[in-house]
Amino acid sequence: MIKQISIFLENEPGRLVKVAKILGNANINIRALTVAETSDFGILRLIVDDPERAYSILKENNIVVVMDDVLGVEVVDKPGGLARIAEILSNQNINIEYVYAFVTNSHEKAFIVLRVDEEERAINVLKENDVRILTSEDVTEI
Amino acid sequence: MYWNKEAETLKRDELEKLQEKRLKSIVNYVYKNSRFYREKFKELNLKISDINSIDGITKLPFTQKSDLRDNYPYGMLSTDMGDIIRVHASSGTTGKPTVVAYTRNDIDMWSEVMARSIVAPGGTKNDVLHVAYGYGLFTGGLGLHYGGERVGCTVIPASGGNTQRQLLLMHDLKSTILACTPSYAIYIAEYAKKEDIDPKEDLNLKIGIFGAEPWSESIRRRIEDALDLKAFDIYGLSEIVGPGVAQECEEQNGAHIWSDHFFPEIIDPETGEQLGEGEEGELVFTTLTKEGMPLLRYRTGDRTVLEYDKCACGRYHPRIMRIRGRTDDMLIIRGVNVFPSQIEHVLMKIPEVGSHYLLIVDKKGPLDILTVRVEVTDKIISDKVKDLMKLEEKIKNSISNALGLNVDVELVEPGEIPRSEGKAVRIRDLRKEKRG
Repeated sequence: MIKQISIFLENEPGRLVKVAKILGNANINIRALTVAETSDFGILRLIVDDPERAYSILKENNIVVVMDDVLGVEVVDKPGGLARIAEILSNQNINIEYVYAFVTNSHEKAFIVLRVDEEERAINVLKENDVRILTSEDVTEI
Repeated sequence: MYWNKEAETLKRDELEKLQEKRLKSIVNYVYKNSRFYREKFKELNLKISDINSIDGITKLPFTQKSDLRDNYPYGMLSTDMGDIIRVHASSGTTGKPTVVAYTRNDIDMWSEVMARSIVAPGGTKNDVLHVAYGYGLFTGGLGLHYGGERVGCTVIPASGGNTQRQLLLMHDLKSTILACTPSYAIYIAEYAKKEDIDPKEDLNLKIGIFGAEPWSESIRRRIEDALDLKAFDIYGLSEIVGPGVAQECEEQNGAHIWSDHFFPEIIDPETGEQLGEGEEGELVFTTLTKEGMPLLRYRTGDRTVLEYDKCACGRYHPRIMRIRGRTDDMLIIRGVNVFPSQIEHVLMKIPEVGSHYLLIVDKKGPLDILTVRVEVTDKIISDKVKDLMKLEEKIKNSISNALGLNVDVELVEPGEIPRSEGKAVRIRDLRKEKRG
Protein backbone atom coordinates (compact mmCIF):
# COMPACT_ATOMS: atom_id res chain seq x y z
CA MET A 1 0.00 0.00 0.00
CA ILE A 2 1.15 3.54 -0.65
CA LYS A 3 0.21 6.90 0.88
CA GLN A 4 -2.05 9.20 -1.07
CA ILE A 5 -2.73 12.83 -0.23
CA SER A 6 -6.20 14.19 -1.08
CA ILE A 7 -6.90 17.90 -1.08
CA PHE A 8 -10.15 19.83 -1.32
CA LEU A 9 -10.01 22.53 -3.98
CA GLU A 10 -12.62 25.02 -5.01
CA ASN A 11 -13.14 25.07 -8.74
CA GLU A 12 -11.61 28.53 -9.21
CA PRO A 13 -8.48 29.98 -10.80
CA GLY A 14 -5.44 30.01 -8.53
CA ARG A 15 -6.40 27.15 -6.25
CA LEU A 16 -4.00 24.60 -7.73
CA VAL A 17 -1.23 27.21 -7.87
CA LYS A 18 -1.44 27.70 -4.12
CA VAL A 19 -1.09 24.01 -3.32
CA ALA A 20 1.62 23.42 -5.90
CA LYS A 21 3.63 26.35 -4.54
CA ILE A 22 3.40 25.14 -0.95
CA LEU A 23 4.74 21.74 -2.01
CA GLY A 24 7.34 23.22 -4.35
CA ASN A 25 8.69 25.55 -1.68
CA ALA A 26 8.96 22.62 0.71
CA ASN A 27 10.94 20.73 -1.90
CA ILE A 28 8.38 17.97 -2.17
CA ASN A 29 8.28 16.15 -5.44
CA ILE A 30 4.96 15.17 -6.98
CA ARG A 31 5.09 11.73 -8.56
CA ALA A 32 1.56 11.61 -9.87
CA LEU A 33 -1.66 13.53 -9.59
CA THR A 34 -5.24 13.37 -10.64
CA VAL A 35 -8.23 15.64 -10.11
CA ALA A 36 -11.82 14.56 -9.67
CA GLU A 37 -14.16 17.45 -10.07
CA THR A 38 -17.76 18.58 -9.85
CA SER A 39 -19.04 21.93 -11.07
CA ASP A 40 -17.97 23.76 -7.89
CA PHE A 41 -15.18 21.79 -6.28
CA GLY A 42 -12.57 19.20 -6.95
CA ILE A 43 -10.42 16.74 -5.08
CA LEU A 44 -6.79 16.74 -5.98
CA ARG A 45 -5.10 13.41 -5.27
CA LEU A 46 -1.36 13.25 -5.10
CA ILE A 47 1.40 10.70 -4.80
CA VAL A 48 4.51 12.45 -3.49
CA ASP A 49 7.99 11.42 -2.43
CA ASP A 50 7.46 12.40 1.23
CA PRO A 51 3.76 12.13 2.08
CA GLU A 52 4.08 12.65 5.86
CA ARG A 53 5.92 15.93 5.45
CA ALA A 54 3.63 17.03 2.62
CA TYR A 55 0.61 16.35 4.81
CA SER A 56 1.84 18.36 7.77
CA ILE A 57 2.99 21.30 5.64
CA LEU A 58 -0.37 21.47 3.87
CA LYS A 59 -2.15 21.32 7.22
CA GLU A 60 -0.03 24.15 8.57
CA ASN A 61 -1.15 26.19 5.59
CA ASN A 62 -4.80 25.53 6.43
CA ILE A 63 -5.42 23.35 3.43
CA VAL A 64 -8.14 20.76 3.94
CA VAL A 65 -6.20 17.57 3.40
CA VAL A 66 -6.44 13.90 4.22
CA MET A 67 -3.84 11.15 3.90
CA ASP A 68 -4.78 7.55 3.40
CA ASP A 69 -3.55 4.27 1.97
CA VAL A 70 -4.27 3.29 -1.59
CA LEU A 71 -3.40 0.25 -3.58
CA GLY A 72 -0.38 0.67 -5.85
CA VAL A 73 0.82 -1.98 -8.27
CA GLU A 74 3.74 -2.30 -10.60
CA VAL A 75 3.30 -3.22 -14.25
CA VAL A 76 5.60 -3.38 -17.22
CA ASP A 77 5.48 -0.11 -19.15
CA LYS A 78 4.14 -1.71 -22.29
CA PRO A 79 0.79 -1.74 -24.11
CA GLY A 80 -1.65 -3.97 -22.27
CA GLY A 81 -0.15 -3.30 -18.83
CA LEU A 82 -3.27 -1.72 -17.36
CA ALA A 83 -5.59 -4.09 -19.19
CA ARG A 84 -4.07 -7.07 -17.40
CA ILE A 85 -4.63 -5.57 -13.95
CA ALA A 86 -8.16 -4.44 -14.78
CA GLU A 87 -9.00 -7.86 -16.08
CA ILE A 88 -7.75 -9.67 -12.99
CA LEU A 89 -10.00 -7.47 -10.87
CA SER A 90 -13.01 -7.59 -13.13
CA ASN A 91 -12.85 -11.40 -13.28
CA GLN A 92 -13.29 -11.33 -9.51
CA ASN A 93 -16.08 -8.79 -9.75
CA ILE A 94 -14.06 -6.16 -7.92
CA ASN A 95 -15.01 -2.62 -8.90
CA ILE A 96 -12.45 0.10 -9.51
CA GLU A 97 -13.61 3.45 -8.14
CA TYR A 98 -10.76 5.39 -9.66
CA VAL A 99 -7.39 4.71 -11.18
CA TYR A 100 -4.38 6.68 -12.35
CA ALA A 101 -0.87 5.80 -13.33
CA PHE A 102 2.66 7.10 -13.71
CA VAL A 103 5.89 5.83 -15.19
CA THR A 104 9.15 5.49 -13.31
CA ASN A 105 12.42 7.10 -14.32
CA SER A 106 13.70 3.95 -15.96
CA HIS A 107 10.66 3.84 -18.25
CA GLU A 108 10.61 0.10 -17.80
CA LYS A 109 7.98 -0.02 -15.13
CA ALA A 110 4.76 1.89 -14.63
CA PHE A 111 2.98 2.32 -11.31
CA ILE A 112 -0.79 2.13 -11.16
CA VAL A 113 -2.76 3.64 -8.28
CA LEU A 114 -6.12 2.03 -7.61
CA ARG A 115 -9.06 2.63 -5.32
CA VAL A 116 -11.22 -0.48 -5.30
CA ASP A 117 -14.32 -1.43 -3.36
CA GLU A 118 -12.86 -4.59 -1.82
CA GLU A 119 -9.27 -3.82 -1.02
CA GLU A 120 -8.24 -6.97 0.81
CA ARG A 121 -9.64 -9.31 -1.79
CA ALA A 122 -8.07 -7.23 -4.56
CA ILE A 123 -4.63 -7.53 -2.96
CA ASN A 124 -4.99 -11.27 -2.66
CA VAL A 125 -6.04 -11.89 -6.25
CA LEU A 126 -3.36 -9.57 -7.58
CA LYS A 127 -0.74 -11.40 -5.53
CA GLU A 128 -2.05 -14.73 -6.77
CA ASN A 129 -1.46 -13.44 -10.29
CA ASP A 130 2.12 -12.42 -9.42
CA VAL A 131 1.43 -8.72 -9.50
CA ARG A 132 3.78 -6.78 -7.23
CA ILE A 133 2.03 -4.57 -4.68
CA LEU A 134 3.89 -1.32 -4.02
CA THR A 135 5.07 -0.08 -0.66
CA SER A 136 5.82 3.48 0.42
CA GLU A 137 9.53 2.90 -0.19
CA ASP A 138 8.90 2.16 -3.86
CA VAL A 139 7.46 5.63 -4.32
CA THR A 140 10.09 7.45 -2.29
CA GLU A 141 12.92 5.80 -4.15
CA ILE A 142 11.87 6.49 -7.73
CA MET B 1 -28.89 35.02 41.37
CA TYR B 2 -30.41 38.47 41.60
CA TRP B 3 -28.84 41.89 41.47
CA ASN B 4 -32.00 43.71 42.53
CA LYS B 5 -34.11 41.05 44.17
CA GLU B 6 -37.08 43.30 44.81
CA ALA B 7 -37.45 44.50 41.23
CA GLU B 8 -36.52 41.20 39.66
CA THR B 9 -38.99 39.07 41.58
CA LEU B 10 -42.06 41.29 41.36
CA LYS B 11 -45.17 39.17 40.89
CA ARG B 12 -47.11 39.60 37.71
CA ASP B 13 -49.81 41.80 39.24
CA GLU B 14 -47.21 43.89 41.06
CA LEU B 15 -45.30 44.35 37.83
CA GLU B 16 -48.45 45.40 35.98
CA LYS B 17 -49.28 47.91 38.66
CA LEU B 18 -45.83 49.42 38.46
CA GLN B 19 -45.87 49.42 34.66
CA GLU B 20 -49.24 51.19 34.62
CA LYS B 21 -48.05 53.85 37.00
CA ARG B 22 -44.86 54.38 35.02
CA LEU B 23 -46.66 54.38 31.67
CA LYS B 24 -48.97 57.17 32.76
CA SER B 25 -46.05 59.12 34.06
CA ILE B 26 -43.91 58.70 30.89
CA VAL B 27 -46.84 59.66 28.65
CA ASN B 28 -47.29 62.77 30.73
CA TYR B 29 -43.55 63.43 30.59
CA VAL B 30 -43.13 63.14 26.81
CA TYR B 31 -46.26 65.21 26.20
CA LYS B 32 -44.74 67.95 28.27
CA ASN B 33 -41.16 67.67 27.03
CA SER B 34 -41.06 66.22 23.52
CA ARG B 35 -42.13 68.35 20.62
CA PHE B 36 -42.23 65.23 18.45
CA TYR B 37 -44.73 63.36 20.63
CA ARG B 38 -46.82 66.45 21.40
CA GLU B 39 -47.36 66.95 17.67
CA LYS B 40 -48.20 63.27 17.23
CA PHE B 41 -50.77 63.43 20.03
CA LYS B 42 -52.36 66.47 18.42
CA GLU B 43 -52.48 64.78 15.03
CA LEU B 44 -54.28 61.82 16.58
CA ASN B 45 -56.46 63.99 18.79
CA LEU B 46 -55.16 62.08 21.75
CA LYS B 47 -55.24 63.37 25.33
CA ILE B 48 -52.96 62.14 28.10
CA SER B 49 -56.02 61.30 30.13
CA ASP B 50 -56.98 58.73 27.43
CA ILE B 51 -54.12 56.57 28.66
CA ASN B 52 -55.51 55.60 32.03
CA SER B 53 -54.54 51.93 32.11
CA ILE B 54 -51.87 49.64 30.72
CA ASP B 55 -54.33 48.47 28.04
CA GLY B 56 -54.65 52.04 26.92
CA ILE B 57 -51.15 51.72 25.48
CA THR B 58 -52.68 50.55 22.20
CA LYS B 59 -54.06 54.05 21.69
CA LEU B 60 -50.53 55.42 21.54
CA PRO B 61 -48.84 55.91 18.19
CA PHE B 62 -45.93 53.70 17.13
CA THR B 63 -42.44 55.12 16.87
CA GLN B 64 -40.38 53.90 13.93
CA LYS B 65 -36.70 53.88 13.14
CA SER B 66 -37.52 56.34 10.37
CA ASP B 67 -38.76 58.81 13.01
CA LEU B 68 -35.30 58.77 14.55
CA ARG B 69 -33.72 59.28 11.15
CA ASP B 70 -36.13 62.06 10.15
CA ASN B 71 -35.42 63.87 13.40
CA TYR B 72 -31.68 63.33 13.24
CA PRO B 73 -29.77 64.05 15.36
CA TYR B 74 -31.55 65.54 18.37
CA GLY B 75 -35.19 65.95 17.35
CA MET B 76 -36.47 63.09 19.51
CA LEU B 77 -35.07 64.43 22.77
CA SER B 78 -37.25 65.14 25.79
CA THR B 79 -34.57 67.11 27.65
CA ASP B 80 -32.32 70.07 27.08
CA MET B 81 -28.92 69.28 25.64
CA GLY B 82 -27.44 70.43 28.94
CA ASP B 83 -28.83 67.32 30.64
CA ILE B 84 -27.43 64.92 28.04
CA ILE B 85 -24.17 63.36 29.15
CA ARG B 86 -23.66 60.73 26.42
CA VAL B 87 -24.67 59.84 22.90
CA HIS B 88 -24.36 56.56 21.06
CA ALA B 89 -25.10 55.89 17.44
CA SER B 90 -25.99 52.79 15.51
CA SER B 91 -24.16 52.06 12.31
CA GLY B 92 -26.29 53.42 9.54
CA THR B 93 -26.30 50.57 7.05
CA THR B 94 -28.76 52.66 5.10
CA GLY B 95 -28.06 56.37 5.19
CA LYS B 96 -27.40 58.35 8.34
CA PRO B 97 -26.68 56.77 11.71
CA THR B 98 -29.37 56.67 14.36
CA VAL B 99 -28.35 58.80 17.32
CA VAL B 100 -29.52 58.11 20.85
CA ALA B 101 -28.92 60.31 23.89
CA TYR B 102 -28.68 59.63 27.63
CA THR B 103 -29.06 61.74 30.76
CA ARG B 104 -27.15 60.86 33.93
CA ASN B 105 -30.23 58.99 35.21
CA ASP B 106 -30.46 57.09 31.93
CA ILE B 107 -26.87 55.90 32.28
CA ASP B 108 -27.65 54.95 35.85
CA MET B 109 -30.73 52.95 34.81
CA TRP B 110 -28.74 51.29 32.01
CA SER B 111 -26.00 50.30 34.47
CA GLU B 112 -28.70 48.86 36.74
CA VAL B 113 -30.28 46.66 34.05
CA MET B 114 -26.83 45.64 32.82
CA ALA B 115 -25.84 44.69 36.38
CA ARG B 116 -28.96 42.51 36.57
CA SER B 117 -27.97 41.01 33.22
CA ILE B 118 -24.49 40.07 34.43
CA VAL B 119 -25.72 38.62 37.72
CA ALA B 120 -28.69 36.68 36.23
CA PRO B 121 -26.47 34.11 34.46
CA GLY B 122 -24.27 33.80 37.55
CA GLY B 123 -21.80 36.71 37.45
CA THR B 124 -20.52 38.19 40.72
CA LYS B 125 -18.11 40.87 41.88
CA ASN B 126 -15.39 38.22 41.90
CA ASP B 127 -15.60 37.70 38.17
CA VAL B 128 -13.19 39.00 35.57
CA LEU B 129 -15.38 40.36 32.79
CA HIS B 130 -13.71 40.39 29.40
CA VAL B 131 -15.62 42.81 27.18
CA ALA B 132 -14.84 42.06 23.55
CA TYR B 133 -17.75 44.07 22.22
CA GLY B 134 -16.65 47.16 20.32
CA TYR B 135 -16.18 50.29 22.44
CA GLY B 136 -17.29 53.54 20.92
CA LEU B 137 -20.50 54.67 19.31
CA PHE B 138 -21.78 51.09 19.44
CA THR B 139 -23.56 50.49 22.76
CA GLY B 140 -22.13 46.98 23.27
CA GLY B 141 -18.76 47.80 24.82
CA LEU B 142 -19.70 50.61 27.19
CA GLY B 143 -23.00 48.95 28.13
CA LEU B 144 -21.28 45.83 29.44
CA HIS B 145 -18.53 47.97 30.91
CA TYR B 146 -20.78 50.08 33.11
CA GLY B 147 -22.80 47.05 34.15
CA GLY B 148 -19.63 45.18 35.07
CA GLU B 149 -18.35 48.07 37.16
CA ARG B 150 -21.73 48.39 38.88
CA VAL B 151 -21.55 44.72 39.89
CA GLY B 152 -17.95 45.14 40.93
CA CYS B 153 -16.41 42.77 38.41
CA THR B 154 -12.85 43.29 37.24
CA VAL B 155 -13.63 44.72 33.82
CA ILE B 156 -11.21 44.16 30.95
CA PRO B 157 -12.16 46.70 28.26
CA ALA B 158 -10.60 44.67 25.46
CA SER B 159 -12.98 45.92 22.75
CA GLY B 160 -13.12 44.06 19.42
CA GLY B 161 -10.35 42.89 17.14
CA ASN B 162 -6.84 41.48 17.54
CA THR B 163 -7.93 38.01 18.52
CA GLN B 164 -4.42 36.91 19.41
CA ARG B 165 -4.21 39.63 22.06
CA GLN B 166 -7.74 38.83 23.27
CA LEU B 167 -6.64 35.26 23.96
CA LEU B 168 -3.46 36.38 25.63
CA LEU B 169 -5.42 38.73 27.90
CA MET B 170 -8.07 36.12 28.70
CA HIS B 171 -5.35 33.67 29.61
CA ASP B 172 -3.08 35.98 31.59
CA LEU B 173 -5.79 37.97 33.37
CA LYS B 174 -7.86 34.85 34.00
CA SER B 175 -11.10 36.16 32.51
CA THR B 176 -14.14 34.27 33.73
CA ILE B 177 -16.88 35.98 31.71
CA LEU B 178 -16.61 36.67 28.00
CA ALA B 179 -18.97 39.20 26.44
CA CYS B 180 -19.10 39.60 22.65
CA THR B 181 -21.21 38.68 19.64
CA PRO B 182 -21.82 34.94 19.22
CA SER B 183 -20.10 35.03 15.84
CA TYR B 184 -16.99 36.54 17.40
CA ALA B 185 -17.08 33.87 20.11
CA ILE B 186 -16.93 31.24 17.37
CA TYR B 187 -14.08 33.08 15.74
CA ILE B 188 -12.17 33.23 19.04
CA ALA B 189 -12.71 29.49 19.52
CA GLU B 190 -11.46 28.77 16.02
CA TYR B 191 -8.44 30.99 16.51
CA ALA B 192 -7.62 29.33 19.81
CA LYS B 193 -7.68 25.94 18.17
CA LYS B 194 -5.35 27.11 15.44
CA GLU B 195 -2.94 28.48 18.05
CA ASP B 196 -3.12 25.24 20.06
CA ILE B 197 -4.84 26.93 22.97
CA ASP B 198 -7.21 24.57 24.73
CA PRO B 199 -9.95 26.59 26.47
CA LYS B 200 -10.51 23.74 28.94
CA GLU B 201 -6.88 23.80 30.05
CA ASP B 202 -5.65 27.27 29.26
CA LEU B 203 -8.61 29.56 29.95
CA ASN B 204 -10.86 30.14 32.97
CA LEU B 205 -14.07 31.09 31.22
CA LYS B 206 -17.30 29.96 32.84
CA ILE B 207 -19.93 32.34 31.46
CA GLY B 208 -20.47 33.82 28.02
CA ILE B 209 -22.80 36.77 27.53
CA PHE B 210 -23.46 36.88 23.81
CA GLY B 211 -25.78 39.08 21.80
CA ALA B 212 -26.27 41.85 19.24
CA GLU B 213 -27.29 39.32 16.62
CA PRO B 214 -29.75 36.44 16.51
CA TRP B 215 -28.22 33.04 17.18
CA SER B 216 -29.63 29.56 17.35
CA GLU B 217 -29.73 26.89 20.04
CA SER B 218 -27.35 24.67 18.08
CA ILE B 219 -24.76 27.47 17.85
CA ARG B 220 -25.08 27.83 21.62
CA ARG B 221 -24.06 24.19 22.10
CA ARG B 222 -21.12 24.60 19.76
CA ILE B 223 -19.82 27.68 21.53
CA GLU B 224 -20.27 26.02 24.92
CA ASP B 225 -18.27 22.99 23.79
CA ALA B 226 -15.58 24.98 22.05
CA LEU B 227 -14.93 27.53 24.80
CA ASP B 228 -15.88 25.39 27.81
CA LEU B 229 -18.40 27.85 29.27
CA LYS B 230 -22.14 28.31 29.62
CA ALA B 231 -23.48 30.67 26.97
CA PHE B 232 -26.30 33.14 27.63
CA ASP B 233 -28.28 35.36 25.33
CA ILE B 234 -28.37 39.08 25.96
CA TYR B 235 -30.79 41.27 24.06
CA GLY B 236 -30.86 44.97 23.48
CA LEU B 237 -30.98 47.77 20.98
CA SER B 238 -29.54 51.23 21.23
CA GLU B 239 -32.88 52.95 20.61
CA ILE B 240 -34.24 51.43 23.82
CA VAL B 241 -31.01 51.65 25.84
CA GLY B 242 -28.43 49.23 24.41
CA PRO B 243 -27.61 45.74 25.70
CA GLY B 244 -29.44 44.80 28.87
CA VAL B 245 -33.02 45.24 27.68
CA ALA B 246 -33.37 41.51 28.27
CA GLN B 247 -31.10 38.77 29.58
CA GLU B 248 -31.20 35.02 29.98
CA CYS B 249 -30.97 33.65 33.50
CA GLU B 250 -29.28 30.42 34.56
CA GLU B 251 -32.20 28.45 33.11
CA GLN B 252 -31.08 29.36 29.56
CA ASN B 253 -34.66 29.45 28.48
CA GLY B 254 -35.35 32.84 26.94
CA ALA B 255 -34.15 36.33 27.82
CA HIS B 256 -36.08 38.11 30.61
CA ILE B 257 -37.17 41.57 29.56
CA TRP B 258 -36.53 43.98 32.45
CA SER B 259 -40.11 45.01 32.07
CA ASP B 260 -40.20 47.45 34.98
CA HIS B 261 -38.16 49.67 32.62
CA PHE B 262 -39.12 48.45 29.16
CA PHE B 263 -42.72 47.52 28.46
CA PRO B 264 -42.98 44.89 25.70
CA GLU B 265 -45.79 44.19 23.26
CA ILE B 266 -46.06 41.81 20.34
CA ILE B 267 -47.86 43.19 17.33
CA ASP B 268 -48.85 42.01 13.91
CA PRO B 269 -46.27 43.75 11.71
CA GLU B 270 -48.79 44.14 8.90
CA THR B 271 -51.80 45.55 10.72
CA GLY B 272 -50.12 46.98 13.82
CA GLU B 273 -52.64 45.21 16.02
CA GLN B 274 -51.53 44.00 19.44
CA LEU B 275 -51.33 40.20 19.55
CA GLY B 276 -52.20 37.90 22.41
CA GLU B 277 -49.82 35.99 24.65
CA GLY B 278 -47.93 33.23 22.88
CA GLU B 279 -48.43 34.66 19.41
CA GLU B 280 -45.45 35.37 17.17
CA GLY B 281 -45.03 38.86 15.85
CA GLU B 282 -42.95 42.01 15.99
CA LEU B 283 -41.53 43.09 19.32
CA VAL B 284 -42.41 46.64 20.38
CA PHE B 285 -41.04 48.52 23.40
CA THR B 286 -42.14 51.51 25.41
CA THR B 287 -39.41 52.86 27.67
CA LEU B 288 -40.99 53.49 31.07
CA THR B 289 -38.21 55.34 32.86
CA LYS B 290 -35.99 57.07 30.32
CA GLU B 291 -35.47 60.84 30.43
CA GLY B 292 -33.23 61.79 27.53
CA MET B 293 -34.96 60.01 24.68
CA PRO B 294 -37.99 58.08 25.89
CA LEU B 295 -39.75 56.19 23.10
CA LEU B 296 -43.37 55.10 22.92
CA ARG B 297 -44.17 51.79 21.25
CA TYR B 298 -40.91 51.59 19.36
CA ARG B 299 -41.01 48.99 16.59
CA THR B 300 -37.87 46.88 16.89
CA GLY B 301 -38.34 44.94 13.67
CA ASP B 302 -37.43 41.78 15.63
CA ARG B 303 -39.78 38.85 15.37
CA THR B 304 -40.35 36.67 18.38
CA VAL B 305 -42.76 35.12 20.87
CA LEU B 306 -43.00 36.18 24.54
CA GLU B 307 -43.43 33.75 27.41
CA TYR B 308 -45.22 35.18 30.47
CA ASP B 309 -45.19 32.14 32.75
CA LYS B 310 -43.06 32.28 35.87
CA CYS B 311 -39.53 31.08 35.20
CA ALA B 312 -37.83 28.49 37.40
CA CYS B 313 -35.42 31.25 38.44
CA GLY B 314 -38.29 32.99 40.26
CA ARG B 315 -38.69 35.87 37.85
CA TYR B 316 -41.98 36.87 36.26
CA HIS B 317 -40.36 39.25 33.78
CA PRO B 318 -41.53 37.97 30.38
CA ARG B 319 -39.04 36.05 28.30
CA ILE B 320 -38.12 36.49 24.64
CA MET B 321 -38.20 32.96 23.29
CA ARG B 322 -35.37 33.43 20.78
CA ILE B 323 -35.38 36.17 18.23
CA ARG B 324 -36.23 34.57 14.93
CA GLY B 325 -34.71 37.44 13.04
CA ARG B 326 -35.57 40.91 11.95
CA THR B 327 -38.79 41.34 10.07
CA ASP B 328 -36.73 42.70 7.19
CA ASP B 329 -34.29 39.74 7.35
CA MET B 330 -37.04 37.28 6.58
CA LEU B 331 -36.34 35.64 3.25
CA ILE B 332 -39.14 34.67 0.96
CA ILE B 333 -37.86 31.91 -1.27
CA ARG B 334 -40.39 30.71 -3.81
CA GLY B 335 -43.18 31.57 -1.40
CA VAL B 336 -41.60 29.93 1.66
CA ASN B 337 -40.96 32.35 4.53
CA VAL B 338 -37.72 31.56 6.27
CA PHE B 339 -35.41 33.27 8.73
CA PRO B 340 -31.66 32.81 8.39
CA SER B 341 -31.59 31.71 12.04
CA GLN B 342 -33.82 28.74 11.19
CA ILE B 343 -31.39 27.62 8.50
CA GLU B 344 -28.51 28.13 10.92
CA HIS B 345 -30.22 25.90 13.46
CA VAL B 346 -30.49 23.06 10.94
CA LEU B 347 -26.94 23.52 9.64
CA MET B 348 -25.29 23.55 13.05
CA LYS B 349 -26.91 20.26 13.98
CA ILE B 350 -24.88 18.60 11.22
CA PRO B 351 -21.53 17.83 12.85
CA GLU B 352 -19.55 17.84 9.60
CA VAL B 353 -20.54 21.43 8.88
CA GLY B 354 -18.17 24.16 10.09
CA SER B 355 -19.45 27.07 12.16
CA HIS B 356 -19.39 29.63 9.37
CA TYR B 357 -21.92 29.83 6.62
CA LEU B 358 -23.29 32.29 4.11
CA LEU B 359 -26.73 32.38 2.54
CA ILE B 360 -26.84 33.70 -0.99
CA VAL B 361 -30.16 34.67 -2.47
CA ASP B 362 -30.41 35.08 -6.22
CA LYS B 363 -32.89 34.86 -9.03
CA LYS B 364 -32.79 32.32 -11.81
CA GLY B 365 -35.39 33.54 -14.29
CA PRO B 366 -38.53 34.13 -12.25
CA LEU B 367 -37.44 31.82 -9.43
CA ASP B 368 -35.67 32.75 -6.23
CA ILE B 369 -32.82 30.44 -5.42
CA LEU B 370 -31.06 30.12 -2.12
CA THR B 371 -27.52 28.84 -2.01
CA VAL B 372 -26.09 27.73 1.31
CA ARG B 373 -22.33 28.10 1.32
CA VAL B 374 -20.48 26.12 3.96
CA GLU B 375 -16.85 25.42 4.62
CA VAL B 376 -15.32 21.99 4.28
CA THR B 377 -13.59 20.78 7.43
CA ASP B 378 -11.01 18.11 8.12
CA LYS B 379 -13.85 15.94 9.38
CA ILE B 380 -15.33 15.40 5.94
CA ILE B 381 -12.54 15.53 3.43
CA SER B 382 -11.88 12.21 1.74
CA ASP B 383 -10.30 11.05 -1.48
CA LYS B 384 -13.72 10.48 -2.99
CA VAL B 385 -15.89 13.16 -4.56
CA LYS B 386 -18.82 10.92 -3.74
CA ASP B 387 -18.40 11.49 0.00
CA LEU B 388 -18.56 15.26 -0.38
CA MET B 389 -21.56 15.02 -2.65
CA LYS B 390 -23.22 12.92 0.01
CA LEU B 391 -22.67 15.71 2.50
CA GLU B 392 -24.20 18.20 0.07
CA GLU B 393 -27.21 15.91 -0.19
CA LYS B 394 -27.42 15.58 3.58
CA ILE B 395 -27.49 19.35 4.02
CA LYS B 396 -30.08 19.76 1.29
CA ASN B 397 -32.30 17.07 2.76
CA SER B 398 -32.03 18.36 6.32
CA ILE B 399 -33.09 21.85 5.26
CA SER B 400 -35.82 20.52 3.04
CA ASN B 401 -37.19 18.28 5.80
CA ALA B 402 -37.08 20.94 8.48
CA LEU B 403 -38.19 23.98 6.51
CA GLY B 404 -39.79 22.68 3.34
CA LEU B 405 -37.30 24.63 1.31
CA ASN B 406 -35.08 23.44 -1.51
CA VAL B 407 -31.63 24.96 -1.52
CA ASP B 408 -28.38 24.62 -3.39
CA VAL B 409 -25.31 23.76 -1.37
CA GLU B 410 -21.83 24.98 -2.16
CA LEU B 411 -18.76 23.65 -0.39
CA VAL B 412 -15.83 26.03 -0.10
CA GLU B 413 -12.37 25.97 1.44
CA PRO B 414 -11.96 26.95 5.10
CA GLY B 415 -11.49 30.67 5.58
CA GLU B 416 -13.38 31.51 2.39
CA ILE B 417 -16.41 32.82 4.27
CA PRO B 418 -15.64 36.23 5.77
CA ARG B 419 -15.18 36.24 9.57
CA SER B 420 -16.61 38.98 11.66
CA GLU B 421 -15.41 40.59 14.85
CA GLY B 422 -18.70 42.43 15.26
CA LYS B 423 -22.03 41.49 13.82
CA ALA B 424 -21.74 38.68 11.31
CA VAL B 425 -22.87 39.01 7.73
CA ARG B 426 -24.80 35.83 6.98
CA ILE B 427 -26.86 36.84 3.97
CA ARG B 428 -26.02 38.17 0.56
CA ASP B 429 -29.03 39.15 -1.44
CA LEU B 430 -27.85 39.33 -5.04
CA ARG B 431 -31.39 40.27 -6.08
CA LYS B 432 -31.01 43.55 -4.21
CA GLU B 433 -27.42 44.06 -5.34
CA LYS B 434 -28.48 43.66 -8.95
CA ARG B 435 -31.37 46.07 -8.52
CA GLY B 436 -29.26 48.55 -6.61
